[in-house]
Amino acid sequence: MTLKASDLKVGDVFTQRLVEDLKRTQIVQYAGASGDYNPLHTDEIFTTKVAGYPSVFAHGMLTMGMTGAMLTNTVGDGRLTKYGVRFTSQVWPGDTLDASATVTRVFEDGGEKLVDLDVVTVNQNGLEVLKGYAQARLD
Amino acid sequence: MAAKTFPVEFSHILMFARSIGDDNPLYRDPEHAKASEFGAVIAPPTFVQASAQFDPDYGLRPKIGKPWFGSGKEPTGIRRGPGSGGGGGGGGGGLHAEQHYEYHRPLRAGDVLTATTTPGKTWEKEGKRGGKLMFSESVTEYRNQDGELVVTAKGVGVRTERPADPT
Repeated sequence: MTLKASDLKVGDVFTQRLVEDLKRTQIVQYAGASGDYNPLHTDEIFTTKVAGYPSVFAHGMLTMGMTGAMLTNTVGDGRLTKYGVRFTSQVWPGDTLDASATVTRVFEDGGEKLVDLDVVTVNQNGLEVLKGYAQARLD
Repeated sequence: MAAKTFPVEFSHILMFARSIGDDNPLYRDPEHAKASEFGAVIAPPTFVQASAQFDPDYGLRPKIGKPWFGSGKEPTGIRRGPGSGGGGGGGGGGLHAEQHYEYHRPLRAGDVLTATTTPGKTWEKEGKRGGKLMFSESVTEYRNQDGELVVTAKGVGVRTERPADPT
């Protein structure tokens, strides 16, 4: 699926449920795939007893990766030109995350049609865990 | 990321896509991918983060024969200073504060990337919950086997004086 510039207007919003009741096992899966084996994400004993957190928590990059799936489902495969985020709150096992992308600009640059999007992911309490932007090519 | 060469392989993309809960057939079905406009399995947008697997010096992977700070008999294998237990892929360790990508061309299974990392800015901020916050930036350019720029990644890491209060 690819977006057409003629179908988009500023303020259009796309949303996707990223995960319901995030499991520690998924965080372990991400550790294994990404290579980031920081015990803060996978080792409850280290994280609570040594590092002083209430529980392990997700890699920020897991949230960015899940949110990226919402973006590629929205703009199409291989269409992103930019994607950047700030990790604004931690994501914990048991969290349910929803991502949204809001169209902020539809424009042309060098003969290419592009869209700018604001990107936000929130948890089940409405707390923002990730905030950023993306840009993608349009048909 | 200081990986010298990062061979991008189908099975690695498959596992990465599973871990982020992305069921896109372009990441898991070579036949489907072959028939697509890309002609091959491609990588999801944040996949280059997995270049850590190929960085010989990456600090957040247990190394054969070396102490590891995760729990075993004891809650940690190594005593480390406060705030040094992290290193989320940004600049100089601690937690990962920001990540930015610019995409120049599709990343395909079979590509071999070369990463070049340069340190960026560093700055400090007084945090509300974790004491003083020390930020550092690093920029990594990933080029393919033909020397073409594929992805530019900018990471920002933050170190805190004590664990950030999760509330």
